[in-house]
Amino acid sequence: MSRAITVLDPGPLALVQDLGRAGNGHIGVPPSGALDTPSLRLANRLVGNPEPAAGIETVLGGLRLRAECSCTVAITGPSTSVHIRRSTVDSHAPVHLRAGDELTVGRPNTGLRCYIGVSGGIAVPAQLGSRATDMLSGIGPAPLRAGDRLPLGSPGTPEGFDGVPPVSAPDELVVPVVLGPREDWFDDPAGQLAAGSWTVSAESNRVGIRLDGPALRRAERHRDIELPSEAVITGAVQVPANGRPVIFLADHPTTGGYPVIGVATALPALAQARPGVTVRLRPTR
Amino acid sequence: MRLLRCGHDAVLVEVDSLVEVDAVRASLLAASGRDELGDLVELVPAARTVLAAFRPGTGEHGRQAVREILDAADLAHPVRTSPREITLPVVYDGPDLALVADTAGLSTKDTVAAHTGAVYTVAFSGFAPGFGYLTGLPEPLRQPRLDSPRTSVPAGAVGVAGEFTGVYPRPSPGGWRLIGRLADDAEPLFDPSREPAALLAPGDAVRFEAAG
Repeated sequence: MSRAITVLDPGPLALVQDLGRAGNGHIGVPPSGALDTPSLRLANRLVGNPEPAAGIETVLGGLRLRAECSCTVAITGPSTSVHIRRSTVDSHAPVHLRAGDELTVGRPNTGLRCYIGVSGGIAVPAQLGSRATDMLSGIGPAPLRAGDRLPLGSPGTPEGFDGVPPVSAPDELVVPVVLGPREDWFDDPAGQLAAGSWTVSAESNRVGIRLDGPALRRAERHRDIELPSEAVITGAVQVPANGRPVIFLADHPTTGGYPVIGVATALPALAQARPGVTVRLRPTR
Repeated sequence: MRLLRCGHDAVLVEVDSLVEVDAVRASLLAASGRDELGDLVELVPAARTVLAAFRPGTGEHGRQAVREILDAADLAHPVRTSPREITLPVVYDGPDLALVADTAGLSTKDTVAAHTGAVYTVAFSGFAPGFGYLTGLPEPLRQPRLDSPRTSVPAGAVGVAGEFTGVYPRPSPGGWRLIGRLADDAEPLFDPSREPAALLAPGDAVRFEAAG
């Protein structure tokens, strides 16, 4: 029998993700891929996969799966409860499933996105070199639905054990932002970024984190003019007409017509920021 | 030309024209082919810029290489490359064909002849996967967008806007004046399961031919 798992309930949102398809911006294709890449890599290491293998990214847990074969799974991201065969096991550790076993990923107490690594990796067909679901462009598999049967690749051998403690997502994030390319479109860009405090909007998704809070003021000579569309990268802090910054995540459009004041690092932490979390932007050169 | 910082691992090259954009893109692509550009991950042209992004942790080296290559390049006389040539069969029955012909002061027949008579270059992509902004549009066909964009433009629609012409790869909202549609038997502009996924990439030469 071929190796597979079946989705019984996807929870709020469950997607196949790997490390994405960077390198296709010139044909208008976003990079996509796991938002919290260290957590996906860890899940893969725990089950003996190469780090780039495809796993499942969930939002607020809730995913229920059935193993159709003997396999090893590991849940990473924020700490969460994992239920198997009516018992509770730890996240962040490899767990063996027998054919027919059901697994439920609980709702994490902090953070947003958990990653489920499965031995052999999710082996749906790749598109442009990746199995990632791109929510902006509709490339890759559709969001998972109950009844989806996901093929698995050939399992490897787990190499040792990662003793990595689960991340605990904080209520306040300090995000370093490298100024540019369009910081000169703003009055005192470093000062405005450093002085502000924003919260993660409920409108945020894999395309970007929208921030509620103070509007960033453009410099006099750049008011009421448009920027010809230019390429943007993951982490770009774009400032639309209303002045409230958007931090682009992996499913971002490849070009944008609003100025980018800087590029944020600490993207894995941003991937775990729930709506309402406070974000401070710390400008760096 | 200005080099603008774009995070730790990328640089945005800003120039004054689409001709220079193409020259920068061609120079950097050629240098990358000669392995002189480090670990280049993305090379993305747009209207006045070219983004070069490098493998995380190697941006410092990459930016330095970009600076050296472009300092030595003559952007007024770009590297000559032999572009891929693509011909797209089009049925010229678009809802704005009469409007475009009127605005151009041409008959619809001459409008079609003007559109099929030119050779276009894919200047850059964006808006949707596989959507190429094609330059080389004859002067009379350079026209404003619609006053009010359509909420839905079908896949394959062929339009003009400003100095560009292009084909919608998928149904989407759009404000371009539509003069035709790809013939039913034409290859789709974008298919993520095909190799290559996008029919059009920056630098390609494109012709349109009247079909049907």
